[in-house]
Amino acid sequence: MRTIQRRLPFFTHSFSSPHLPCINSPSLLLSSPSHSHSTFNIRSKSSPIIMAAVIKVHGVPMSTATMRVLAALYEKDLQFELIPVDMRVGAHKQEPYLSLNPFGQVPALQDGDLTLFESRAITSYIAEEYSDKGEKLTCPGCKKVKATTKVWVEVEGQQFDPIASKIAFERIFKGMFGMTTDPAAVKDLEDKLVKVLDIYEARLAKSPFLACDCFTLADLHHLPAIHYLMGTDSKTLFESRPKVSEWVKKITARPAWSKVVALQKQ
Amino acid sequence: MVLTIYAPLFASSKRAVVTLIEKGLEFETVNVDLLKGEQKNPEYIAIQPFGKIPVLVDGDYKIFESRAIMRYIAEKYRSQGPDLLGKTVEERGQVEQWLDVEATSYHPPLLALTLNIVFAPLMGLVADEKVIKESEEKLGEVLDVYEAQLSKNEYLAGDFVSLADLAHLPFTEYLVGPIGKANMIKDRKHVSAWWDKISNRPAWKEVSEKFALPI
Repeated sequence: MRTIQRRLPFFTHSFSSPHLPCINSPSLLLSSPSHSHSTFNIRSKSSPIIMAAVIKVHGVPMSTATMRVLAALYEKDLQFELIPVDMRVGAHKQEPYLSLNPFGQVPALQDGDLTLFESRAITSYIAEEYSDKGEKLTCPGCKKVKATTKVWVEVEGQQFDPIASKIAFERIFKGMFGMTTDPAAVKDLEDKLVKVLDIYEARLAKSPFLACDCFTLADLHHLPAIHYLMGTDSKTLFESRPKVSEWVKKITARPAWSKVVALQKQ
Repeated sequence: MVLTIYAPLFASSKRAVVTLIEKGLEFETVNVDLLKGEQKNPEYIAIQPFGKIPVLVDGDYKIFESRAIMRYIAEKYRSQGPDLLGKTVEERGQVEQWLDVEATSYHPPLLALTLNIVFAPLMGLVADEKVIKESEEKLGEVLDVYEAQLSKNEYLAGDFVSLADLAHLPFTEYLVGPIGKANMIKDRKHVSAWWDKISNRPAWKEVSEKFALPI
């Protein structure tokens, strides 16, 4: 018979969010014993035993998905090693990288013996596993408020990013190569993005950040695409909406984000 | 007279950079961050009204369009380094012909492959498979013509290396590298030998080392 080991329930927060009425129930965390945090990492060959496993991110600073993960790590003040993947020679499509991410996309993250890919799964893991470090990145409060974070995380992933990425690609990369961006395609994409941004404008009139009072993953996930778009003519879509504009300024001014941007310059 | 090339890290600029190095010229570089849209800054538009890269500034003289820059350098410094324009009017004609072929027939499908395969993933975008397939077919047809030409001549314009060959370097390097279609070159015997020769020229090796784009 299998026994499930439970850690004692611990209270993440003891106050409820002012925006949603909520029942003061503690959150019960079940921690799987198989993934306990390894404090010893025995390395082969020349390295001696070291005390803590360093988080490794395999990726490149230019990639939006890599930047998303780096932002979360910086927000959490976590030590990590950025291991460049030489995409110029197609390293991401070959072993050993495919063992980290069989889809051959960056980034991938290693934390001890855990390997993860998909940037939003990684940030979610970072926010949960290291919930006591650095910025919370989740909404404080009860389940209903936490659920609201999930809503806006999905909005970024399903509604905002597919459009924003395409615009950034059209404007930046085609622009890089002297191709005239397809004006009809860009207009079409911008018309779609505007509908999303109008919804954001209404939301941000009621809430300082997308999900709640605090900066969460829902906001953070937007940073890479916004960073690129604000360097193009599409920035007017953001600047012309006062609440959105204010929110963009707030989230892009965060010190953790500046560190991510600085990596691109190296 | 200081020669200054703008945005040396990017592929089209490298056509001009390799020509400068072939000619043994000293030059300065100014980085332009295309990811931040710096090419749209008024200061840059003042020297390149289309907001494209590269630009070469030679004292008070300005010239843009990578292949025009190559021609200018090759002409102005004709007496030093290899003569990249051919010796006669007829040879020059062939050089111009193959430079135009590179611009109009070789580059467009290769650029589509570069954008879709190399750069789309950086934005988290899935590549357009239809565009990739069509581009690969078009590029293959062009390479078949090159194969025939290079079976008769060591280089595109004749038995001398010229601007026409050098113009192919930056984007073909994407093709055999991150695009992952080196077979398109390797499977064509004479194209393959030609590629080995031009890509191993010291000038190109220097460009690859000093001006690598950090993706």
